[in-house]
Amino acid sequence: MNWAGTEIRQFKDHAGEARKIGLRLTIAFSFVSLIFLVLVLRFYSLQVTHHEDYATQSDRNRIHIRPIPPNRGLIFDSRGQLLADNRPSFNLSVIKERVDDLDATLAKLSTLIEISERDKENFYKLVRQRRRPFEAVPLRLRLSEEEISRIAVHEFELQGVEIDAELTRHYPQGELFAHTIGYVGRINEKELSGFDEDTYKRYSGTHSIGKIGLEKYYENMLLGSVGSEHIETNAHGRVLRSLERYDPEPGQDLYLFLDSDLQKVATEAMAGRRGSIVAIEVETGGVLAMVSSPSYDPNLFVSGISLRDYRALNKSRDLPLFNRSIQGQYPPGSTIKPLLGLGGLENQTVNFHTRIYDPGFYQLENDERVYRDWKKGGHGNNIDLYTAIVQSCDTYFYDMAFRMGVDKIHPFGAQFGLGQRTGIDLPSERAGLWPSRAWKRGARGMPWFPGDSLNISIGQGDVLTTPLQLAVLTATLASKGKHIKPRLVKTMGDQETPLNMVNFVIASDTNWDYMHRAMKDVVHGARGTAKRIARRVKYLMAGKTGTAQVVGIAQDAEYDASKLDDRHWDHALYIGFAPFESPKIAVAIIVENGEHGSSAAAPIAREIFDKYLLDD
Amino acid sequence: MNPQRQDFVRRFPGSSQHFGKNSSFWQRWHVDPLLLIGLFLLTVFGLAVLYSASGQSENYLKRQGVFFVVAYIGMFACAQVDVQVLRRWAPWLYLVGVLMLVLVFIIGVGAKGAQRWISLGFFRFQPSEVLKIAVPLMVASYFSSKRLPPRFKHILWAVLLTALPTGLIFKQPDLGTAILIFTSGLIVLFLAGLQWRYIVGTLLIIMLSAWPMWYYMMKDYQKQRVITLLDPEADKLGAGWNIIQSKTAIGSGGVHGKGWLNGTQSQLDFLPESHTDFIIAVLAEEFGLVGVLALLGLYLFIIGRGLMIALSAQSTFSRLVAGSIILTFFVYVFVNVGMVAGMLPVVGVPLPLVSLGGTSILTLMVGFGILMAIATEKRSTAI
Repeated sequence: MNWAGTEIRQFKDHAGEARKIGLRLTIAFSFVSLIFLVLVLRFYSLQVTHHEDYATQSDRNRIHIRPIPPNRGLIFDSRGQLLADNRPSFNLSVIKERVDDLDATLAKLSTLIEISERDKENFYKLVRQRRRPFEAVPLRLRLSEEEISRIAVHEFELQGVEIDAELTRHYPQGELFAHTIGYVGRINEKELSGFDEDTYKRYSGTHSIGKIGLEKYYENMLLGSVGSEHIETNAHGRVLRSLERYDPEPGQDLYLFLDSDLQKVATEAMAGRRGSIVAIEVETGGVLAMVSSPSYDPNLFVSGISLRDYRALNKSRDLPLFNRSIQGQYPPGSTIKPLLGLGGLENQTVNFHTRIYDPGFYQLENDERVYRDWKKGGHGNNIDLYTAIVQSCDTYFYDMAFRMGVDKIHPFGAQFGLGQRTGIDLPSERAGLWPSRAWKRGARGMPWFPGDSLNISIGQGDVLTTPLQLAVLTATLASKGKHIKPRLVKTMGDQETPLNMVNFVIASDTNWDYMHRAMKDVVHGARGTAKRIARRVKYLMAGKTGTAQVVGIAQDAEYDASKLDDRHWDHALYIGFAPFESPKIAVAIIVENGEHGSSAAAPIAREIFDKYLLDD
Repeated sequence: MNPQRQDFVRRFPGSSQHFGKNSSFWQRWHVDPLLLIGLFLLTVFGLAVLYSASGQSENYLKRQGVFFVVAYIGMFACAQVDVQVLRRWAPWLYLVGVLMLVLVFIIGVGAKGAQRWISLGFFRFQPSEVLKIAVPLMVASYFSSKRLPPRFKHILWAVLLTALPTGLIFKQPDLGTAILIFTSGLIVLFLAGLQWRYIVGTLLIIMLSAWPMWYYMMKDYQKQRVITLLDPEADKLGAGWNIIQSKTAIGSGGVHGKGWLNGTQSQLDFLPESHTDFIIAVLAEEFGLVGVLALLGLYLFIIGRGLMIALSAQSTFSRLVAGSIILTFFVYVFVNVGMVAGMLPVVGVPLPLVSLGGTSILTLMVGFGILMAIATEKRSTAI
């Protein structure tokens, strides 16, 4: 391998070679210079011509806008007691984009803290549904201090796992206001898909939404408006510092007419029974108490109720989730009589001196059917309207309704709101049913029979009312015709909600006084159906009992509780207001299968009145 | 070292006449002052950028500092070696290098799926680094005994000598180093006066075969890879990520930059490989176009000086070796900067003398040592 032999070198033209190599070197240098020029131009293009684009891109890389959820508005009762509160809780969430192996991370987490199958199930569901990229998906809610520290120790191995503090809704009164306040829950896919772009933005950072009750009805006010924070993050998404911050605006607080103490009394009075109580402030239409029994703990729903708990609530035949006060539709029974009596007087179908004989039943001409009075053997002779109210004589009302006719009954009842939603500030209210000739033709395809009028005259047949409707009706009676829209919220933020008069029921003062007197003697009269609640009472009140059939009783049969399933027992009803001279509070009470308004429902009214009028 | 010292003693009196009193000092120590100044400035600048790029790691800074001290010593030592000795030893160095490359496949250790190192117990070393010096020496040595311009037979030999280690390194696989070594051999060939008809012909063949290759020989996934190389935006989070982030870093730096240690792309870890292959993006982000021009200016100065040395070298061998070393250095710079600026596909080539890396710096400085030896070679009376 000796190429360096001197013999060969002698043949070489050294000067010529040096010149040629020199030429090549010069060419190379020109090429090098050209390339450097190209590189400089390239950097000029990137750093000068397109500088703005890349500067923007660079900022977009590091600066992220993080939403700051607003604090949800609080809910207070009329005494300033907290009904819906926000409490800090620590949640564990995972940012999918930053996790290499989701399953492995979950497995690792499972060794540190308890993660139930349901948590995992929910988590995977959320991960799959529509979401913003790099959004934290909640995995476990409400971590304990110990769990937080355990996670913190292993932070290094848990890339993409975050613990964030969040305010969670809490209902300190538990079951007491479940149906009225309602609850918030995690925003579900269906709700999310209904969001428009603006709404979507408003809920960035917020995980829950009002599902039912006031929480749903006032969602917009309670939510507040979202704030934002511009944060600088590194490539791994770790937050380094906050650059700019726009504070969120908290939601508005709601102050209700509801009175926790009164609600407690009402709830206890209903304890163990199914039914509903609605108490209304006569002057304002404000709802003082609203009970639907049985109830449930709304706190179960806030962070997602377990399937077992939910199934238990949903399948229960007592229907705890059902808000009887606004959704329960019951025949009003005899509680409808004061209204009808007033209608009879106003239409001059009857007057103060109209008297009938009650043999215990009523029959229409050319009709075999027997319309019974609730009292076997009847109320006897000389029954006028006053007696018919005090003793709740059905036969009087059969006769009056027959002569008055549905075309007069219907419009008069409608003035009290029968058959219409009251318009209370709650979602999912039902309208009940106040039958008319047109309704029957439309709904049943049948003409109105005189017998139909007889049925509605005692609050049976097709008539259906919600407890709230009955309470509104009672308040309207108490105020001598002021039909006011009921409402739960008294003040929103610092703004009072307006009093809304629906209409005036026109009736003469003498007629009003007559009916009030009759209703007073239902309680205070010697033969009043509710006289038992007048014992040792320090004020005067007025009322009307009612008993509503749940199942039809055959023509030749009699109602016998012992032969019926207890779910088919009659409903017990009572409406009333107090004090008699200047009514402040009106109530409507329904005890399902309570049998007798006088014994099951009326005493509850007394307890509520006592509490409201005599305490403090 | 022995023959060299003899040379030194022998040459000293004569050379002083040519270089004057001042030059004689540098001549004596075989140092080219201009090249040294260029390298020194680059070293200091590079260390400053590295400190920032490594997330202000003093540990990295110290490591790199130690590498440089070793590398400067290595350069100085190599500068003392007589060029003719290098020429004679070149085939042996080459042979040993190739054998070690083969050895890598047998007893080598690797990382990330590539087998590149030979472990000597206390330290690991990369035989491919030896070839970076050995190949240009070998090819230049080969041509030094041939009549130039080379004949076809000799061209084939030269290509073969280059292609053998290139192939072995490509198989490791280490595409970046393979390209650099292949280029260093081709540069010698070019400087040796490779006829233009061969150059043009080869280029034509490559271009013409590209089309049939694309349509008939390449599989879809291979095509996809090429497309990604050409258009990084097509794969934003995958292969395109590095390029997009480095262009963003460079572009956002603007004219004056964001300031030392203030580059958000690099300091916040958006820029991958910021202290190794993509370090110039850090410089561009923090020092702006001004910094880039300063760096490129330094490189151009060093390359220019290197070419001057080649031009005024004493023998064909010296000219070829010096030219190849300095032009390979340029290819280094170009491949790295072009890649980071999004002009060339991503291949793993560090930015010479700036990126973190011990062996690559040592090899480069050894190369510069040889350049200095050539620069201070005694004017041969044999010409």
